[in-house]
Amino acid sequence: MVQPLNRLKESASQTAGPYVHIGLTPNFCEIGGVYPEDLGTKMVNDKTKGERITVIGRVIDGTGTPLKDALIEIWQADADGLHNSPSETRGTADPNFVGWGRSPGNMDTGEFVFETIKPGRVPFKDGRLMAPHISFWIVARGINIGLNTRMYFGDEEKANEEDPILARIEHRVRVPTLIAPRDGNTYRFDIHLQGEKETVFFDS
Amino acid sequence: MNHANMTNKGPETGAFFQRDREWHPQAFTPWYKTSVTRSPQRALLSMDNTLSEITGPTFGHNILGEHDNDLLINFAKPGETAIGPRIIVYGRVLDERGMPVPNVLVEFWQANAGGRYRHKKEGYVAALDPNFGGCGRTITDENGFYNFRTIQPGPYPWPNGVNDWRPAHIHFSVFGHGFAQRLITQMYFEGDPMIDLCPIVKTINDPEAIRGLTAALDMQATIPMDSRAYKFDIVLRGRRSTLFENRLEGN
Repeated sequence: MVQPLNRLKESASQTAGPYVHIGLTPNFCEIGGVYPEDLGTKMVNDKTKGERITVIGRVIDGTGTPLKDALIEIWQADADGLHNSPSETRGTADPNFVGWGRSPGNMDTGEFVFETIKPGRVPFKDGRLMAPHISFWIVARGINIGLNTRMYFGDEEKANEEDPILARIEHRVRVPTLIAPRDGNTYRFDIHLQGEKETVFFDS
Repeated sequence: MNHANMTNKGPETGAFFQRDREWHPQAFTPWYKTSVTRSPQRALLSMDNTLSEITGPTFGHNILGEHDNDLLINFAKPGETAIGPRIIVYGRVLDERGMPVPNVLVEFWQANAGGRYRHKKEGYVAALDPNFGGCGRTITDENGFYNFRTIQPGPYPWPNGVNDWRPAHIHFSVFGHGFAQRLITQMYFEGDPMIDLCPIVKTINDPEAIRGLTAALDMQATIPMDSRAYKFDIVLRGRRSTLFENRLEGN
């Protein structure tokens, strides 16, 4: 016999269900007057440093149908590559940029939109710089545990080529599922849950 | 030794323990039909956390309104309250090391006492309660405690099998200190015979994991002649110590 480690187990995930918007974006689904505004809808203000960009996309199921009951959250560094988090030890992030956003998607089209800034590069554990990226977390009815992935930027070819995470994807044909093409100031990032274009999801 | 490094109170910078993906539900659970076309089929890309996952957003108590954690009245007309069994739900947000997780946002949503959600896509015949919105939120205190007041939600039928019903439950969304700790789950109620019949509960294989989502009736926390109480602790991923991780060999 040995000493017990006395660790707890993480609470098991359960689906966010069809009414996740009641809890997380109540104003969006016409439950007004409880909170002044839904959290995570506004990411930048006039003083935020960095290049303004729009990220648009859909979450698409195995039949090619966009989800209209999903909830998408993003988390990213500021323009200098710093996170607005107590666990950020390299410096102080832009006080005018939280770096977190939440979108319920459009009720008719399922399209999510984030008005944000292009993040700077963040170092990997060994000090190499990762390519600029935005972390995504997707929950919905039928998704039993939140899905993690990253969006990389289509106009950052050189940085993407040397990114240590993208480099770990064995099937190179799948790398483009994480790279959003740029059109003006807009990046389109469609997330495919299944099929030939299935997005690379992370266990991180 | 930097004590703050091991208490979860100071900022921690370590990566999180690997998620036990056999403890959590699998993505593809065909008895829960919606999962069939919404479940990734390919292997996940496993990687140790980077700074992008180790860090995460924080929320200040200034975002909270006075009644955000009181679902009895946060949608009700002045002087009125929601209809249903009055309950207090309380507990702690802990991590896998057993450490409290202070100052994190906890959001919750639920059906009313008849099992009806306030949502335009909801088609169940049970009546809406004009005084019940069904959402609330709070932030854990320095010891990881949270609490809120609500009514006990009812069970309800849902289109899956011909006659599938959800047990009474409250949905929880929890932030930790790192984005990799982000979690959504559901709280069930002690003694509810509907738990074992539910296709969504059955996406979890391990009965111990289901017990971990079942809140205990706590008569000691009950307010006599007013509200019963249920205790529900939530456990987030634990963080590795960084004590030996950033030290160069030979130092």
